[in-house]
Amino acid sequence: MTKKEEKMNVPTEKNEPHTQLLQGNEAVALGALAAGVNFFGGYPITPSTEVAEYLSEELPKVGGKYIMLEDEIAGMCSVIGASLAGAKAMTATSGPGFSLMQEAIGYAKQAEVPCVVVNVMRSGPSTGLPTKPSQGDIQQARWGSHGDAPAIVLYPHTVREAFDLTVRAFNLSEKYRTCVTLLLDEVLGHMREAVVLPDPSTLRIINRLKPSVPPEWYKHYEENQKYPTPLASYGEGYRFHVTGLAHDSLGFPTNKSSEVAVMMNRLKKKIIHNIRDLVQIETFKMDNAKIAVFAAGICARSAKSAVNQARFDGIPVGLLRPLTIWPFPDDAAKKMLRDVDVVIVPELNEGQMCREIERLKMDPKSKLISLTKVDGEIITPAEILRVIREVN
Amino acid sequence: MNRFRKEFRLSGSGGQGLIVAGIILAKAASNEGYKVTQTQSFGPEARGGSSRTDVVISNNEIYFPEAQSFDYLIALTQEACDKYLFDLKEDGLLLIDSNYVKNLSMTVNNIVEVDFSDITIEKLGTALPMNIVTLSCIVKLSNLISEKALERAIKEIMKPSIHEINIKAMKLGFELSEQAKMMQ
Amino acid sequence: MATIPQKIIHRYLRRNKKFPHVWCMGCTNGIVLGSLIRAIAELELQKDNVTLVSGIGCSSRMPVYVDFNTCHTLHGRPIPFATGIKLFKPEQNVIVITGDGDATAIGGNHFIHACRRNIDMTILVMNNNIYGMTGGQSSPTTPLNGISVTTPHGSIDPVFDICKLAIGAGATFVARATAFHTIETSKIIRDAVIHKGTSVVEIMSTCHVSYGKLNKKGGPAEMLRFLKDNSITIAEAEKLEPEKKEGKIIRGIFHKVEQPEYCERYQALCDSLQKDEKPEAASPKKEEAKK
Repeated sequence: MTKKEEKMNVPTEKNEPHTQLLQGNEAVALGALAAGVNFFGGYPITPSTEVAEYLSEELPKVGGKYIMLEDEIAGMCSVIGASLAGAKAMTATSGPGFSLMQEAIGYAKQAEVPCVVVNVMRSGPSTGLPTKPSQGDIQQARWGSHGDAPAIVLYPHTVREAFDLTVRAFNLSEKYRTCVTLLLDEVLGHMREAVVLPDPSTLRIINRLKPSVPPEWYKHYEENQKYPTPLASYGEGYRFHVTGLAHDSLGFPTNKSSEVAVMMNRLKKKIIHNIRDLVQIETFKMDNAKIAVFAAGICARSAKSAVNQARFDGIPVGLLRPLTIWPFPDDAAKKMLRDVDVVIVPELNEGQMCREIERLKMDPKSKLISLTKVDGEIITPAEILRVIREVN
Repeated sequence: MNRFRKEFRLSGSGGQGLIVAGIILAKAASNEGYKVTQTQSFGPEARGGSSRTDVVISNNEIYFPEAQSFDYLIALTQEACDKYLFDLKEDGLLLIDSNYVKNLSMTVNNIVEVDFSDITIEKLGTALPMNIVTLSCIVKLSNLISEKALERAIKEIMKPSIHEINIKAMKLGFELSEQAKMMQ
Repeated sequence: MATIPQKIIHRYLRRNKKFPHVWCMGCTNGIVLGSLIRAIAELELQKDNVTLVSGIGCSSRMPVYVDFNTCHTLHGRPIPFATGIKLFKPEQNVIVITGDGDATAIGGNHFIHACRRNIDMTILVMNNNIYGMTGGQSSPTTPLNGISVTTPHGSIDPVFDICKLAIGAGATFVARATAFHTIETSKIIRDAVIHKGTSVVEIMSTCHVSYGKLNKKGGPAEMLRFLKDNSITIAEAEKLEPEKKEGKIIRGIFHKVEQPEYCERYQALCDSLQKDEKPEAASPKKEEAKK
């Protein structure tokens, strides 16, 4: 039994599904393996390095490819190259590396190449606090690369969810042929939690759809509303061209505004026509709530604890938690704003998520409170509870 | 069953093996079927600098993963003791190494004060397994985790080549806890 | 060669790509593409097994016109893209097409690390001493005192010797060719593609619309004549005294050694691990705390 099989709860006579102690970053690596990752290219950076460490040990054993490049730019580029050659490819990084990767992330989205980027966020700006948590990359994950690129960004709050959302990130990247980002809090990346992983045979894995037409008919950027859209790999008879330039349906560079508009539209439609498939939220004790906490990642855990205590004290408060942070859960947030009088948004940045709630707030009477912290410590349940009590 | 949430903080300086001890404690708790989270905080240094790990054990869903008011606090440096003592619960238990921690900034009801480092060197010939000695001592006093579960966790987390010395360290920790109980 | 060269080239052009190409009249990029195609034709490589990866710049527009797997990447980044493709599909013949600025300025780090790794790919660096596409800015190979639109008073930057850089970084095949000596260039490219490991070919090309014009080097014909008159083979250079070699372009294969190739090393690692993996014995735990 390999280490992977042992950890993945592959049911054997000896190996009943069992509880195990797993680190967040390790769960990401295991989720990637469960989803079928076979290429990792990256550059080590705290606090994401454990993902690379784990895969450097496991990938060669299963015939997958692991390579450490000279920097994060090269890491991300190698991932795109491998994906064009047919790989399920990923990289993992943190703030400074994520900044360096932005140009290539934009390329993957423009050229519609499936891949997954894991960003275990740390305090910034710049080198910041490498071993301390932050949620400072929420807007960068949306707008980090120049131009209007689509963004699918997932955000787990437990170790088990880190596993699940990694699998989902691969599935969405293959289905929508784009770069999907998984954001993780430093605390979660390094945290160990007792978890039971699912039997891998029960997981739904989406694999790349290969073209069914002969090569001379194949247009890899054909206007298509169906997902997944087919994508050939290099070396399989479909000798196609890929570029970061604006391109036509054959991938050839174009300056024609009519062709460019079609391309940009397709990128946009991927997201706006599939909001239901993409957006996942959790509601926690929102029944009859007059106060709502809107939080993601580690802040949602603090919020759950605070909400529990406040409910115990008789305060009508609940939590709305996005698992998909981009596209932003507009509809759920609007409903929340309609249903409650006060919304509290705790986050480890200067209000990056609160801006989105502000954007959706229609009623001038409803109150929005931004609770921020950027000193490298996490927001505690007591801090959220204090605000809940104040506004009650 | 009554709901409970017990919070441990293991603190000291980098290189004392506290994070490994925290992982072993978490593994042991997981072996016992509890919900558990283990988090850590460390500086950029691999050795030296301050280091701490939190283990939260509960029979219920754990939302906030860090320890805030400790049921058990291990402090192996004066700095760590000064920093975290105020967050010890009133009925919480403090465990310190008397060689390193000389002053307490407030009165503590339950305290185990032993020169762990000296005793570890004397009985085991090396100071390295002191993390397991102190961990085993506090595990025994906490009554949450069986000796068997802890032993299994040590064997699961540590390399086979150091199992023997660390099992000895565990037993030494248990002995010291008996003495501590008598002192109280 | 039995077939007329033009016919060979037509066999490899993309029919669905509308010409004309983007290059200026008199540009040497097309000549070099011809040399590359003839090399591939001579090696009888299957089109499906050839992947061309390029960066940004005039020369990097080359892949779009030819019927291979082609990837036009980001400025300076064709080598890491190519590394991903090659490592995942080692059976592909990966050829990187890049320029002097693309390979040695913005992509310098990737260039030296590819050489160090000795991953099997051919890197063709088209050196025209300037950034042509964007209107003639200076590059790391613009000669000392050379004029560009960003060095109007003459460049004060020392230049990179691309071949020496590649040898120093560990490339196992390093050569220089020119756009004028097309048959010779074709042969060098052929040898570079056959070579197992990272092979670098610096191809001296010309840009008469920016470098040529700014430095009064004449039109396309004069610039090609310069390549003809001012370049000598390695054998010829050996006979010359050092002062007479000054300013000459030396052509030929400077360096060729056999070293283990990266993808093969990786495969050997996989094989050894998969052999060790005994189905019954659980592998040792590696859960000790990191840090």
